[in-house]
Amino acid sequence: MTMHVGRWVGAAVLAAGLALSAAVSADAKELRVALSAEPSAMDPHFHNLTPNNALNRHVFDRLIHFDANQKPVPGLAESWRTVDEKTWELKLRKGVVWHDGSPFTADDVLFTMERAPNVENSPGSFNIYIKGKTFSKVDDHTVRVATAAPYPLMPNDLTTIAIISKKHGTNAKTEDYNSGKAAIGTGPYKLVEFVKGDRYVLERNEAYWGPKPVWTKVTIRPIKAGPARVAALLAGDVDLIEEVPTTDIAKLKTDSRVALAQGLSNRVIYFHMDHWRDETPFITAKDGSKIKNPLKDVRVRRALSMAINRDAIVDRLMEGAAVKASQFLADEFFGTSKTLKPMPHDAAGAKKLLAEAGFPNGFKMTLHGPNGRYTNDARIAEAVAQMFTRVGVETSVETMPGAVFFRRASTGANGEPEFSFILVGWGSGTGEVSSPLKSLVATYDKSKGTGAANRGRFSNPELDKLIAEGLATIDDAKRQAVFAKASEVAIQEVAIIPSHYQFNTWGTRKGLKYEPRTDENTLAMSVSE
Amino acid sequence: MTAFIIRRLMQSVGVALAMSLIVFIGMHIVGDPIYILVDPQSDQAEIDATIRRLGLDRPLWEQYLLFLKGAVTGNLGNSFVHGTSALPLILERMPATLELAFASLILAIVIGIPLGLYAGLYPETFASRTIMATSILGFSLPTFWVGIMMIMVFAVMLGWLPSTGRGPTATYLGMTSSLFTAEGWRYVLLPALNLALLKVSLVIRLTKSGTSEAIHQDYIKFARAKGLSRSRIVGVHLLKNILIPVVTVLGLEFGNQIAFAVVTETIFAWPGMGRLLISSIQSLDRPVIVAYLIITVLMFIVINLVVDILYSLLDPRVRLGEKSA
Repeated sequence: MTMHVGRWVGAAVLAAGLALSAAVSADAKELRVALSAEPSAMDPHFHNLTPNNALNRHVFDRLIHFDANQKPVPGLAESWRTVDEKTWELKLRKGVVWHDGSPFTADDVLFTMERAPNVENSPGSFNIYIKGKTFSKVDDHTVRVATAAPYPLMPNDLTTIAIISKKHGTNAKTEDYNSGKAAIGTGPYKLVEFVKGDRYVLERNEAYWGPKPVWTKVTIRPIKAGPARVAALLAGDVDLIEEVPTTDIAKLKTDSRVALAQGLSNRVIYFHMDHWRDETPFITAKDGSKIKNPLKDVRVRRALSMAINRDAIVDRLMEGAAVKASQFLADEFFGTSKTLKPMPHDAAGAKKLLAEAGFPNGFKMTLHGPNGRYTNDARIAEAVAQMFTRVGVETSVETMPGAVFFRRASTGANGEPEFSFILVGWGSGTGEVSSPLKSLVATYDKSKGTGAANRGRFSNPELDKLIAEGLATIDDAKRQAVFAKASEVAIQEVAIIPSHYQFNTWGTRKGLKYEPRTDENTLAMSVSE
Repeated sequence: MTAFIIRRLMQSVGVALAMSLIVFIGMHIVGDPIYILVDPQSDQAEIDATIRRLGLDRPLWEQYLLFLKGAVTGNLGNSFVHGTSALPLILERMPATLELAFASLILAIVIGIPLGLYAGLYPETFASRTIMATSILGFSLPTFWVGIMMIMVFAVMLGWLPSTGRGPTATYLGMTSSLFTAEGWRYVLLPALNLALLKVSLVIRLTKSGTSEAIHQDYIKFARAKGLSRSRIVGVHLLKNILIPVVTVLGLEFGNQIAFAVVTETIFAWPGMGRLLISSIQSLDRPVIVAYLIITVLMFIVINLVVDILYSLLDPRVRLGEKSA
């Protein structure tokens, strides 16, 4: 008799279990994603790196979010405003809970801002977005941020910092986030599993304050080799891949199994050149004898810009996955000039300008660049070298791995940039133009923190003044005008030679839609059916 | 034999020390990864702070001494990229690589030895010629290309096997491996075959040449005269005598596969050590590279030891620990 009852109960439990699993599976939708790079930690403050940020964005919210075009939109902060020139006030969203059910308050924000710049062993911290800001709590759902000087980029800076829970984050180390113990966020997904280098599994947060994502479960895996990523998509092993290799785009466009989503990125590929040395190490006369640095003459710089056939780069090398560049950031972004146009290709004009500048026979130059850091970087360097050679500037190319290149290009020669002419790229993390202006063409000044990536040591007092003015102008319309003017000054002076803006390409299986993001993030929240 | 093993281990410490020094100096010349690690938007003050945090502002000799100090206590330094201790970072990926290497070793033996034996015993048949001709392809085709082709054919076109990744794991006798699940074997098959390709060819050629040489030896004729069955002659007397070069090569190749299965692991997105090595080299993550190479040195020494012991089992004339004249 007892046995009978036992069996009965067992069967009932089994049946209930089956019914339950059927109910779940009717609604269960899994998304499998392949990334091109490996996130190194689940700790959102460990390393400010795109793959890490994109992954932890599923689990942790920011006070302010970026939409697909890097426009600040409300996140954990419902609204924000300036109280006076030097103080911002943020109203926090009410009723938001952490994944464990505890409520989100201003204390969590204050705790986050304290922890984020001080993570042990961090190879690249978020300090630059926090220092100089004093956070204070007004009430449980109001936070004020004070700065020493007017600071218009507050909303943009706050999009970078993932808000963590004070309860779980106190004394938590990076390992505690990787193990999942401290990885309690407010985001649309909960972390199920973080297996470094293998897979990252997420499940939908049913209590999310924002729009509910379509996918109940997300499995993300890194597949670094481009062809293998494409093969995994074609084989149906994954539903979404990022960084579709440009060589495969044409073929995939006609494939009925996949759909491509392509969008502009915040990244410009450009050439930087030696603006400050009187003799530059990688430029000589054609016979190899030393000459004065020709790049100090704006006519030479303009001639080199004219020598570049940007149409050929965009159409043939990038297979259409790029657009010709005229400035630091595509026209759609905040602070760009609406009057600058890409320099037209004009080989004859370039030769004429070179002759005017005193180089009728050209000179010899080495173009340095990274290999594998940007899409088709080495091939583009080769092609541009040929274009230069055609107008008389005999150019050879030397490419090297990114780690070696950036070291030498920044502090290779006794603490100064080593090369004469380089191919580089710049992605504007803030989604507006002050980022490249301040880092690339403002005068290199360690104490002011400007020009840290000014590898050509370009310096122009008028431009410096405009950039400083823009960075202190709270009013959006006025700031936009100042930055547009600054971009125009820099491009007129050919401080850099912009080549193209990269597109990013995602591939999905047929029937899915990906909303391309300018910040190159791959997010499950951006995939719809 | 104990003295022999101890002497070998002493040697390995010397080799590991020399190697770590070479890597330290070599990497110092190449540079450091600061500029690809920090957010490009960083100002110079932040870049300098990161350099200090990673200890790269100290002079090289000081960095090396700090490394030695840590190494004595078993800490081979923190990865620049991952921030965690380098040794566990590598060890936690080791099972995946070991099972891949093991699966490919099995494939090499199971495919290579029978085919080689056949080609050695019946060298004139059409099948033998085909085997030998095909084995040349194993040497000459690049692993990268073959890997992609295998994915295209078996995963994309035929859809029989998964394209990339490692299957679900199961724990058995305290070991966790995807080889304990049927689904796991579906995942490991293509990468293991890709990795085994070169080895299969090597084994075929070694077995074949060994067989055709040994088959004419007196002891085989004697065994035959004694009336032993053919399968016993081939399976015991012949095989035992030709296996020494095969074991040597397989041992070294096995080590190679564990340490440097970089290409295969990259194409098949296999979450093993090789992929960690390549990305560490790309990002000049010195602590991981040093730790990796130290593990590799130790592993090769152990493998050589095992191979030597296997010799003595296969060939009673080999005595371990004897000083050679």
